[in-house]
Amino acid sequence: MENRESVQTSVRSIVLSQFRAVAEEQNKKLPPLSDDLALLESGLDSLCLAIIVARLEDELGVDPFSADEDTDLPVTLNDFIRLYENAAK
Amino acid sequence: MPQSEAKSLWDALYRASALNGCYLWGADAAVNLMNLRSCSSLEAPLERLRGRSVLIATRDQLCAALALIELDGVARRLVLCTPDLSSEYIAFVAAAAEVDTLVCDQSELKIGLSGPESFVRCGARLARTHSERSACVRTEWILLTSGTTGPPKMVAHTLASLTGAIRQGNRPAKQVVWSTFYDIRRYGGLQILLRALLDGRSMVLSGAGESTQDFLTRAALHGVTHISGTPSHWRRALMTPAARKIAPRYVRLSGEVADQAILDRLRGFYENARIVHAFATTEAGLAFEVDDGLAGFPASLIGDSGGDVEIRIEDGSLHIRSGRNAARYLGTSQSIADENGFIHTHDTVERVGDRYYFTGRRDGVINVGGLKVHPEEVECVINSHPSVRMSLVKSRKNPITGAVVVADVVAMSAPSSIKEANSLKQEILDACHRELASHKVPVTIRFVPTLDFAPSGKLARVSE
Repeated sequence: MENRESVQTSVRSIVLSQFRAVAEEQNKKLPPLSDDLALLESGLDSLCLAIIVARLEDELGVDPFSADEDTDLPVTLNDFIRLYENAAK
Repeated sequence: MPQSEAKSLWDALYRASALNGCYLWGADAAVNLMNLRSCSSLEAPLERLRGRSVLIATRDQLCAALALIELDGVARRLVLCTPDLSSEYIAFVAAAAEVDTLVCDQSELKIGLSGPESFVRCGARLARTHSERSACVRTEWILLTSGTTGPPKMVAHTLASLTGAIRQGNRPAKQVVWSTFYDIRRYGGLQILLRALLDGRSMVLSGAGESTQDFLTRAALHGVTHISGTPSHWRRALMTPAARKIAPRYVRLSGEVADQAILDRLRGFYENARIVHAFATTEAGLAFEVDDGLAGFPASLIGDSGGDVEIRIEDGSLHIRSGRNAARYLGTSQSIADENGFIHTHDTVERVGDRYYFTGRRDGVINVGGLKVHPEEVECVINSHPSVRMSLVKSRKNPITGAVVVADVVAMSAPSSIKEANSLKQEILDACHRELASHKVPVTIRFVPTLDFAPSGKLARVSE
């Protein structure tokens, strides 16, 4: 149980740090990264999200979007993080 | 060609009595097209634009749509300026297309024209006019598409070639409201505008800088029933809460390869919609539409299938011949079609059973969310760094934008530490950010000892 929690913590922090890094790189201003933040209202456009997904695939070794095509696309930041947490399990 | 007897877009609209109750809704304003019978969006008498070569460079799509409706058949040539075109390229296009009149909705645009006669302001607030909107010429429509390096290619169409796939008549009584995520100055968006207009339907246009959430909310407000976009537009839409607000009966995808995942997601999301994916290019026009919900297309579409489009596969890529083909490129001697009238699309396909699937591009072009990237252009920037020997820019699959750009770089001398590699990477990326649009900047840079060459002596271009 502890182990799972730490995996989740680290996936979350890796995802969040990619959001911050890509926002800085692309000169986008991020609002506070709350769980219910709508991804595309975060100031990041789809190119930014595409970059984040590519970098996360390199870093975590998973692409949860292609892993399960039945899942809905994420709408909020929390949906997005959970997608990676579930894929990294 | 449905409106072959119509002399112009306005003539076709008027003839089909298509104006009644037909609205164009922009982000900031709306226009009842009926009002164009006695009013104009142009702040100059139409006579001043007769026989002119006109650059339509508006910020607002609604203004551009109104100018197109009013000027087809009047102007000799209409050049549709895409919203992201830099001022340097606008000036290039204006010179190559012998533009003598600029139609715009803002005053700061300078393209080297002189005299107040050459500027006409256009706005969504119509003013009364007594101008006779009679057609006198077959207007050449110039669409812009990105070239290998530098300025865009100028593709010459006519109203006939642009509307070749649109069947008029037999309007079902059911309410239809069109919309598109595309800008109407691009082929995919223009197709939807012309469809809506010729069928006498209203349309919701997207706004410059409008968020997907706001656009979808507005589309829902106007009861959109038919809506189109690239697979990337749709992926973005499905990540937006307002996607639940619209209930389309018809969902169309074009401009990028529609993979099974996005088709399935749309089917699941919009249960009552017919999901159609189309293959079209700015040069070749609309080639075919597929509505069986499966990626790829039936092999039966290849060859002379008796329709008005012929599709051939040569050297593994699609060649198209139809009345929807553009006539020529403007400003270059490069011919648009081969000696048999086929246009080479450079899109490669592979047959599996009785279906073909898209596999990439013969010329290495990368499609990032519907925007083309020519690898040579990016390599040119990377190679200009003094510590770079050569580079290979290629496509990497991406679930959000279909593809992103990545680069393999051979350094003059291999970086001796991770720190050195990272700092060189950063310098290369900085140069790319300075010189290139953001979708062209590599997402990752990898240092490699060497690059493969094809037997032709060119870099071997293989997508990941």
